[in-house]
Parts: sequence; structure tokens; C-alpha cells
Amino acid sequence: MADILEKIKKNVIEGRVDYEDEGFDGDMEGQPGVLELVEKALEENIPPSDILNIAISPGMNEVGRLYESGEYLIPDMLASAECVSEATKILEPLLLEGENKSRGKFVIATVEDDLHDIGKNIVTTLLRGSGFDVHDLGTGIKADKIVDAIEKSQAKYLGLSALLTTTMGHMEEVIDLLKDKGIRDQVIVCIGGAPISEDFAQKIGADLYGEDAFDAINKLGNITP
Amino acid sequence: MNSKFKEGTLVKPQERIDLNQIKSLHNASLSLLKDPGIICFNKHAAELLSQEGCSITLEKEANNKWRISFPEKVIMDAIESTPREVLLGARNPDNKLLLKSDIPRVYFGTGSETNIYLKSDLNEFISKSDAGHVISMPVYIKERGSVNSLCQSAKLCNNLTNIDFFIRNVNIQDAEISLDNKDVNVFFASLMYMTKHVQAGLVNLERLDDVLKMAEIIAGGADQLKNNPVVSFITCLIKSPFQMVDDTTEKLIAIARKGVPVVISSSPQGGSTAPIEEEGMTALINAEILAGITLAQAVNPGTPVLYGAVPVRARLDTLHDLYGAPEFIHYNIDCIQMARYYGIPCYSTAGAGDAKVPGLQSTIEKVYSQLTIAAAGAQYIHYAFGLLDKTNVFCPLQAVLDDAHIHIVRQILRNPDFNDKNVRDSVKQIRHVIDSETKLFARHIRKAMRKGSVSLPYPFETQEEEDKVLVNAHHHLYEILNGDDERLEDDKINQIYKEIPGVLPGNFFKLEN
Repeated sequence: MADILEKIKKNVIEGRVDYEDEGFDGDMEGQPGVLELVEKALEENIPPSDILNIAISPGMNEVGRLYESGEYLIPDMLASAECVSEATKILEPLLLEGENKSRGKFVIATVEDDLHDIGKNIVTTLLRGSGFDVHDLGTGIKADKIVDAIEKSQAKYLGLSALLTTTMGHMEEVIDLLKDKGIRDQVIVCIGGAPISEDFAQKIGADLYGEDAFDAINKLGNITP
Repeated sequence: MNSKFKEGTLVKPQERIDLNQIKSLHNASLSLLKDPGIICFNKHAAELLSQEGCSITLEKEANNKWRISFPEKVIMDAIESTPREVLLGARNPDNKLLLKSDIPRVYFGTGSETNIYLKSDLNEFISKSDAGHVISMPVYIKERGSVNSLCQSAKLCNNLTNIDFFIRNVNIQDAEISLDNKDVNVFFASLMYMTKHVQAGLVNLERLDDVLKMAEIIAGGADQLKNNPVVSFITCLIKSPFQMVDDTTEKLIAIARKGVPVVISSSPQGGSTAPIEEEGMTALINAEILAGITLAQAVNPGTPVLYGAVPVRARLDTLHDLYGAPEFIHYNIDCIQMARYYGIPCYSTAGAGDAKVPGLQSTIEKVYSQLTIAAAGAQYIHYAFGLLDKTNVFCPLQAVLDDAHIHIVRQILRNPDFNDKNVRDSVKQIRHVIDSETKLFARHIRKAMRKGSVSLPYPFETQEEEDKVLVNAHHHLYEILNGDDERLEDDKINQIYKEIPGVLPGNFFKLEN
């Protein structure tokens, strides 16, 4: 059992989602990746919680350490986060009640009139890799639809992204609507995007400003379990 | 025998002149070598060239002055016998260089023999209008070049990854240095801390054998030195225009007899000792180098030589060298193309400038020539690191900056890794990402990242709105200077002290961290 869990952890660290991934040196294509190994581990009756806690989470922790030390860059983090995200999709339904160690529900969207999503997609991948249950609404989403999603999912976290000075004002609309609905205190609102700043976040009453995806994840880490 | 050599940077040569222009310049050089010919002050050379078929006229016997007219056949026969490739060895044989005239594999190195060693020290400066606003900037301290500063420079340059070879770059001016012992101490200081190829001029012909003996000890023996020539020499035997000087010519003859690789160099100044026009400069310098190559081949057919072009322009207010001028680049590219035409590996020049301290001017002047001369495909580019104030100053901080910039130059010029398989893999990747949820290519670039084909940001960048390039480079410099060195092994040092006279005591070569 230890062997396959070790292989899963190694492939998480190397960011190999599946057998098609050629790995760092380009010669790993055909070798099982995280998805194949997780399936194999389940076939061998290894508990899903063991796969998560002994292989996947430690693997991602190591990736975080490598990133902090400068040995890993963003592409490495994203590749590993994608492994975790995809493995979690398989394992979550199989986890027993109480074993699911999701860090919480997160709704994320790019605001109305804004189609940009690269930053949002990076944050989504990293959030899933960090154990959040993320519901990505997509781009150009109106305030009422965002608030509706929060109410329906009972999500504790909301992420809003905007890349244009002309669209960033919609973020304040979302926060005002949360207040109107009486649920503002139940949601931690994080905002980000090129024109956004700490000053703007304070002005509109957001809880967190992320300068980039990693800043956001780090700040969330300071306030979430 | 270790058949490895340094990778250098393989480029696609950019050409400035076409084949017709090259032939026109070639014919112009031949015509000048025939008439007026070379004024030669060395009797040996006159006799040797006479035996080859040159026409020799004694001009003034009292002054030992001959006029040598070179027939075309003599020049072309000499070019024919010149090796198309030159191997330059190194203390660490993995650092060997293979210069092939038909392969534009570019190597970068140091030079010239500077008189001033410019150290830097970080100081803090407080704004007069806002005492809370403090910035750090280097201040510079001039020192006369010494054995110790040459050692320190060698240690630094050994650790700078973009330096492929080391031409001694400090003029050692210690009181204990004389014409008799200078050569052995230059080479000893350089080789003590340098595991890449070492090259220098020769001050005293009588010490040639001692320098070669030192090289033999380091290489491990006479046969080993032949296969791994850890040292080579530069000879600038022509004083422009067209005067073959006595002492350096004699040195070339002696070095060629030994079969050791040698640079045949010429350094005319456009506007004073050469025409300022590109075609005139190139015709003149080309003729001078061909004359030197012909002599080397007359001495010893098959002598490995480098076509050594160091053309520069004069500034018109002082007639000092003006390295930052675009003409400097024009002249050098033309020479690179001439060398390639003849099938001789090219020693070229880039990275010198007129700025006196590291900064904006030095960066602009140096990077323009470092990029364009490398793009032209010269195999061996000297002067590229640390020079300031033309070639008067070596500044370690500048060398660190040059190392970072030449890394970028190499990245810009590297050949595309383009084949059908790569294109198919890219198409597969694009399809995969378009179908994915995230639509991000970021995770697919890891292989390229690890292959080294993805450039990194500027190494001395700052996040704040303040230019800290010099400060960051300064810190990096002192990390290197305070770090480990690859000092020569004790047994070789002891053997050198035993067998080579004139080497100064060990304390001259000791580096304090």
C-alpha cells in the first residue's frame, strides 16, 4: 500500500495528472499519472481518506514548500493543483461523512460586462488544490446571479474578479446586494484583478484583496481553518 | 582524451555585407599588400617572407626597415595552410573551446590589460528634502592593477557562467613586477584561480619557455598540453597603418615555431590610423591581419591562428578611442564576415564602451555591441566583461552586469528548436487546452522550463519603484567573491615554484574573503 501512495504523492509533486503527461524531462508519457494511480489505489481497497491524507495533501504541501523556496514556479504549482483538483473529484463522493476535509465552499466569478478569466481560473485551480469546494460561475456574471449562487450553496467565501476599470464598480454592487439580503456577515468577500487595489477593497467593504493568485491564497490561509 | 568542449551559443549569422562587397574588400586588401606593401622592422620576418616569394626592398639599413610586397599567391597559399579549427584548452578540460570557422558557435570572454581596478562599495544617501528617503548606491574606488586584483578578477570570472575564456584583464603594477618576471606572474595569477582558457600577450620573449613550462605543469605534461593547450597568446604585430614592429613580430615567430595557438591581432583607429569609412577600415585591417597570418604560416605551416580584429573609431574632439560608436559595430561585423570568407576562426571585439562607471550609458554601449557582434557569428568575442572608460578600467561590478546581459544575449540569439515533431506536439497541446476547463497553457510549459529554453526575468530586478539594479548586482558580486574558489592544486603550485623562476611569493596570490 505504501508504494502506490508514494507514487501518487510523487506524481502530485511532479504535476502529472494522467498517463499522457510527459513529465519534467519529456519521457514519462505512458507512465500512470495521478488519476490512474488513484483508480488503482481504490481498486486495491485503500481507503479514500488515506489516499487524500497520506498521498495527496502531503504532496501538495511539498509543492507549496518548493514554491516558497523558489524551486517551483507558477506552472509547477498549477500542474500539481490540477492533479489535486482532479483526484478530489474522484475521491470526494467516496469519502465518509466527516472525512470530507473540504476547507469550505467558495463561489467565484468575473463580474458583469467583464470577460477576462485567466486570473480567476488560476485562483480556482489553486483553491481546489488547497481543498476548497469551488463553484465557478464563469465570466460576465450579474450581481443578482452571484448573490443567488451564494444563497443556494450556503458558500462561506466569495471571490470576485475584474480586469477593467469600467467593470470593477460591479464588485460594490455585489457587496451592497449581500447587505440588502442580510447575508453580508456570512460571507468572506475576496476581490482581485489588474485595476484593483487595497484602497479600493477597503472603499467598497471587501474583506480581502489579492494582488495575485498566490497573494489571495496566502491571505485566505491566514483566515481559514 | 576528454572530447567535451563548452557549448557556447550557436547562432544564425546576421550579415552586413554581401559576397560581392566581401570580394571587393578582399581584392582591395591584396592590392594594398602588393602596393604599398608592409613596412617591416623585423629582419627575421623579411627573410622568411622573402623565402615564401614576397618581394623585399631594404629601405634604410641603419633603421632596419624593409618594404615587403605580398603577391596574391603567397597570401592565398598561407590562408590555405591555416587550420580551419582551433582548440583552446583549459585547466578543467570540460571548459575547452572548439573554434570552427564554418560553425558560428559564439564564445565570450574578457580582455584588455586595464590599468585601473575599480572596486565598488555601497553607501547610503539621504534626500535633502525628505530625510526619511534613503537610497543605497555604489561609490567607486580606483586601485592600480596588481597581482592580487588579477587573482580576484580571475576568481570572479571563473564563477561568471557566461564567461567562456579569460584574457588577463588587469595590468599588474606591483613594485616587485619587472619586465623579466611579469609574464610568469600574469599567467600564474590567472591560472591559479581560473579553470577556463587563459590568454595573454607576451611581454618578454625570453620568458616564453617558462610560461609554456608552467602550462605543461598545469596540463599534466608536454603531450597533455598539446591535446589541451591551456594557454595561448595574443600578438599585435602591426602598428597601423601597415608597420610590422620588430619586437612583437619576433614574438609571433617564436610562438608560431612552438605551434601554440596565437591571435594575429590588429587594432587600427578609424579617423587616425585607418580610414573612418567602413570600406577603408576593413580593407586596411584585413590586409594587416592577412600579413600577420602569412608570416605565421611561413614560420610554421599549420600554426593555429585566430583572425584578430580589434577595429575602433576615433572620437573627433580628442582622437581617443570611441567604442560606443555604431561604426565600431560596423567595422567588427565586416571583419567577422571576412574571417568567415577565409575560413579562419574569428577573434572579435564587443562590450567595450566609453562610460566611466556602471549605469545606463555603459549598459547601452555594451549591450548594443554584445548583441550585434554575437549575432554576426564571431567565434571568440573578447572585451565583453567588466570594461569601462574604453579599455582603461576593469570593474568587477560591471563584469557581473555584463554576465547577466550576455546571458540575455545568448537567449535572444539561440537557434529555434523547430522540427515537425515539435509542431505536432504543439498542435496536440493546443487542442488539449482548448478542450480543458481552465484553458490555460501554464502547466504545459514545465518541460520547456526545465530544458532551459524559457528565459527568466532580469536577475537584478526590483519590485519597488526604485532602481536597485546596481545594489542587487553588488550583493551578487560579493556572494561570489566571498564564496569558494577553484584554486590550483598544491602539488602543481609547488612544482611551479620549483621549476619556474621569478614567480612572486604566495602572499601576493592569496585572496581575502
